[in-house]
Amino acid sequence: MQKNHIDWRKYVIVFLITLMLFLSASYVSNYFGNKKIIQLKSIQDQIAIDILSSETQFSLLSELSCKNISDSVLSRELSELGGKLEWGQENLGETDEVSYLKKYYSLLQIKDYLLMKKISERCKVKSAFILYFYTTAENCSLCEKEGLVLTALRNKYPELRVYSFDYSTDLSAVKAMLDIYKIEDTKLPALVIDGDLLTGFQSTEELEARVKASFKLQEIDISNDTTSTKN
Amino acid sequence: MASISGAIFYVFIFLTVYIQVFLLVTFLENRKKIVIRKGPTKLSRYRGVTIIVPCWNEEKTIYHTVRSILDLNYPQNKLKIILVDDGSTDGTWNAIKKFDKYSNIKVFKKENGGKHTALNLGLENTDTPFVGCLDADSFADKESLVRIMSYFEVDEEVMAVAPSLIVHNSKTFVQNAQKVEYYMSVYIKKMLGTIGAIHVTPGPLTIFRKKVFDDLGPYRSAHTTEDMEIAYRMQKNHYKIEHCNDAYVYTNTPSTIKTLFKQRLRWIYGFINNTIDYRDVIWKKKYGDFSFFTLPAGVLAIFSVSYAFGKVVYSAIDFIYSKILKFQTVGFQPNHVTNNFDLFFINTQSFIFIVMIIYALLVFSIIMGRRMVEGKWNLSFDIIYYISIFSVIAPFWLLKAIFNTVTSKKPAWR
Repeated sequence: MQKNHIDWRKYVIVFLITLMLFLSASYVSNYFGNKKIIQLKSIQDQIAIDILSSETQFSLLSELSCKNISDSVLSRELSELGGKLEWGQENLGETDEVSYLKKYYSLLQIKDYLLMKKISERCKVKSAFILYFYTTAENCSLCEKEGLVLTALRNKYPELRVYSFDYSTDLSAVKAMLDIYKIEDTKLPALVIDGDLLTGFQSTEELEARVKASFKLQEIDISNDTTSTKN
Repeated sequence: MASISGAIFYVFIFLTVYIQVFLLVTFLENRKKIVIRKGPTKLSRYRGVTIIVPCWNEEKTIYHTVRSILDLNYPQNKLKIILVDDGSTDGTWNAIKKFDKYSNIKVFKKENGGKHTALNLGLENTDTPFVGCLDADSFADKESLVRIMSYFEVDEEVMAVAPSLIVHNSKTFVQNAQKVEYYMSVYIKKMLGTIGAIHVTPGPLTIFRKKVFDDLGPYRSAHTTEDMEIAYRMQKNHYKIEHCNDAYVYTNTPSTIKTLFKQRLRWIYGFINNTIDYRDVIWKKKYGDFSFFTLPAGVLAIFSVSYAFGKVVYSAIDFIYSKILKFQTVGFQPNHVTNNFDLFFINTQSFIFIVMIIYALLVFSIIMGRRMVEGKWNLSFDIIYYISIFSVIAPFWLLKAIFNTVTSKKPAWR
């Protein structure tokens, strides 16, 4: 007869070893997660400096400097940062640090928007701006679709600048924008193009027409300006 | 909902690591006891052994199987062979009749009734203190029996000893994958043997004391896994089962995915149903590690693999859905992937590192299993076949076995 005895001590030791392995894995994961946060922070700081520098340059110099200023286009870096932040939110979790970075990012977008608008008006740079409001608080499948449309449009028209804002971002500057354009959370996704508010899903065709119209508007402005100069 | 699913995922993955660490700790405790003998083994006393060979349409392999028994390093006067033709429809009977001339071989022919009936006919005609079976698709190594018998000599309590099964003549990649799996089984079996928790005494050359059948009764149909049921019955009655790692038996394995699927479906179905039949044994202190480790680990494997499979299918559907949504919304768009690879996007979530730990422990068990058989440190590319084939197909036979259990559909032998 086999005497079955259970070595409980072993079961506990194995449990502790397994726990240790899990904690180590979580430590390593946190280590890399923090590195990524630091990387994001440094990209944001760099963008902040660039924006501040462009703003200062813009204020310092007169209209003559338009040639120089149009080189400092930041949108590519900003959208790269946006992509990384979105990925971070999905994979690093909704931590305080990620939400802080998101707020910072929203602020940078607003600053970039204001600056680029000024630049495009004064220097007659061909551009169109879309402010895009979405939500992550609830499952918004239309927002997902709208995101796809905007990405496709941005790829097609490099001069199109899309600034996206999470409705639930707890930041006074974002809240101010929501107030200005009267955005309601029940009518998301919402888009603002040339001062017009569009609520609900907008198809590629509709938006493309809007973007083209925005470009045309500028062309008219530019030609008017040239005529007036000639006169 | 997502957080519940995430919690379940981490519980499964924690328990999976727990099982592997348990085996590793068992290995570290017992590593010095694991020996590989070289050359002929001698016993102080050679006891009578009967080997029953049940055959059903085995005309191609039966000759070599019987020859391998006759060639064993064991006194022929102590070795009896019983060949049972279980109603074959090919030339098996003619093939085994030729062995009738040997004084220590008895041949029987009966109507087909399943492997357990053939074995029981053999048992009825056994008059030696030890008895075993050798499936007609397997070949015993010359030293296998004597090494197995040495375990009985050392420990009077040992009631059955199972050998190490090795894939015979592997040709296809399906067989190469199984080769690796069989090495891993040697490691697992040996570890379970050291803690008295083996749950299967395989058909190819497990040797029992005849007393086991005298006390506990003959083989049962047991969902066509009679070699599992007898082990469960022995565990329930506190009969000790050992594993002899240096006794080698070469076995023919399924060469195609289809035949492998059928075999595994039968095994898993057998495991599920025997475990259901013996459910009163789980979580009972008196049944030792068999009750607290082997059975729960098997049940966990079934659940966690099914869960992981469900998760993979869900992600796949989700991925396809997002692609369809994209196509419907913006039509076909070439992917705008930046050329420079960014380390930022490498997933560093903790489960990635845990999965790496699981794979490392899996590879360790394969290497150690092979070492227990061949005595060499070796790692071959077959491991890639194993991981790729088994991780893709295993969920299907698991789910099919669960489905068959629910619908009470018994899988066929072949």
